[in-house]
Amino acid sequence: MSDLHPYVSVEAVTRAYPGHTVFRDLWFGVNRGEFVCLVGHSGCGKTTVLNILAGLDKPDSGGVIVDGVEINGPSLDRAVIFQGHALMPWMTAEANVAFALSCRHKGWSKPQLREAAREALEKVGLGAAANRKPSMLSGGMKQRVGIARALALAPKMLLMDEPFSALDALTRGALQDEVSRLVQEANQTAFMITHDVDEAILLADRILLMTNGPDSHVAEVVQNTLPRPRDRANLHKLPGYHALRDHILEFLLTRSRELRGNPQPGWDRKALPVVRPAA
Amino acid sequence: MNKQVPAWRAALVALGIFVALMALWEAAATSGGGTAAVDPEYAALVGQAAATGGQTPFPRPSAVALRLWELLRDPFYIRGPNDQGIGIQIGYSLLRVTAGFLLAALVAVPFGFLIGMSPLLNAALNPFIQVLRPVSPLAWMPLALYTIKDSAVSAIFVIFICALWPMLLNTAFGVASVRREWLNVARTLEAGTLKTAWRVILPAAAPTILTGMRISIGIAWLVIVAAEMLVGGTGIGYWVWNQWNNLSLADIVIAILLIGVVGLLLDRALGAVARLVAWQE
Ligand SMILES: Nc1ncnc2c1ncn2[C@@H]1O[C@H](COP(=O)(O)OP(=O)(O)O)[C@@H](O)[C@H]1O
Ligand SMILES: [Mg+2]
Repeated sequence: MSDLHPYVSVEAVTRAYPGHTVFRDLWFGVNRGEFVCLVGHSGCGKTTVLNILAGLDKPDSGGVIVDGVEINGPSLDRAVIFQGHALMPWMTAEANVAFALSCRHKGWSKPQLREAAREALEKVGLGAAANRKPSMLSGGMKQRVGIARALALAPKMLLMDEPFSALDALTRGALQDEVSRLVQEANQTAFMITHDVDEAILLADRILLMTNGPDSHVAEVVQNTLPRPRDRANLHKLPGYHALRDHILEFLLTRSRELRGNPQPGWDRKALPVVRPAA
Repeated sequence: MNKQVPAWRAALVALGIFVALMALWEAAATSGGGTAAVDPEYAALVGQAAATGGQTPFPRPSAVALRLWELLRDPFYIRGPNDQGIGIQIGYSLLRVTAGFLLAALVAVPFGFLIGMSPLLNAALNPFIQVLRPVSPLAWMPLALYTIKDSAVSAIFVIFICALWPMLLNTAFGVASVRREWLNVARTLEAGTLKTAWRVILPAAAPTILTGMRISIGIAWLVIVAAEMLVGGTGIGYWVWNQWNNLSLADIVIAILLIGVVGLLLDRALGAVARLVAWQE
């Protein structure tokens, strides 16, 4: 039923720069409580898609409908976790979260904001670092503050643009588990860009595969049928994991290039082909 | 090259240089009395008595020190309009600098904000700023005296003009170079223009603005001396001019010293404020 009217619906979106079409007539949806990853090579237009969803960029034509309403600019209902944490360096971790909360809850008192900010930081394991400025936090901790700031808003949708790509492998793994847990707990609708295949398999319910640009298109939707809860340590032991991984890798290695401007037969932009390599 | 030097060693060397300079000065002042041939133009400039009179040789350090002690023992006396303590004079100058500086800040920071936030305004106002900025503030003095008709206010106006540009340009630059990602955060939070300006742009640009203020106050303090020489009446600049007319060279040396010290303190004060608003990535 939700396939007819997804919670978030990208409809006929086109974005072009002079002499450079990023994508044309793009259609896809994200259901309520679903985690969708967008995978594709650098420059194919992933950030452009996310910025349009966030309202930071406007499509040249087409639109995005969230919960029945067409979006018109940025909104607290679509929280963004930025690639470079984007914390204000003159504010403590707590003040960064409290600033976001003060935008959401205009009537709240200072103690109320502080209390809620601290609670949000405790959820990501940063209660002890609340009074530190970002310069006194490690890269992973900064990104945790960014996650706490976004989740504290209780947004309709969480948007993430390669949120962990600047982190070392160990920190990245820990944060992936953390985000996986928090998003599951809150039944949070989420959209994430990544080019880390394992990250997509760990987190996503569905994975959109985007061809190379310019004039890219979403070639297909990979249904991730691996059972939840998933954790990184046991992910590779799940039946079907390798088939899933190979399918995405093969897309990135060859098909993303071959399919550019040359969609596979029967491809329909409004009803994207769905594959289940792990089933 | 950048090895840390212990503070006591630097202090010791500084003390050595100071003692050497004093000794040199003492020796020079003792041997070379002021009985040189007199250039007629110079005589006309300083007054015949002063030019021909070898009676006022360059003061020795000991004489200057003694005079300094005399002046600082009672810096705030007032004996009529033309005889006031050195502290009073410096106070007048500081008052003018503060007034001119604050007025300039009141104009420069909001306007700098507008210019920094609007590329159109930036481009439109740039030619005016580029032409007006290099003008010596003292060149405004006749115009100020003519239109304002009050020498005290004219001095403040000159300070205002010279303090304006560095603050204006730095504010505009600081505001224009606020990180795109912080502005995007504010946008996704629907923070609103005023809240974004106050909570995001101002703190982000504050270190750059403070740098401008520091340059401004430095220039203002440089200019006030010259301005007060022109408008007369009160202030350390006027005092210097007055002592020159009295040929009290010791007083002039002391004025130079005090002007330097006060300038240093002004810079330090703004440096302290700059540290308060500084942030580190
Ligand atoms: N401001 C811009 N002006 C011109 N071209 C742009 C601009 N922003 C992005 N592009 C182009 O759009 C394409 C997609 O960019 P982007 O969405 O950032 O890709 P991705 O996030 O997948 O790496 C790139 O080819 C890029 O060069
Ligand atoms: Mg990108």
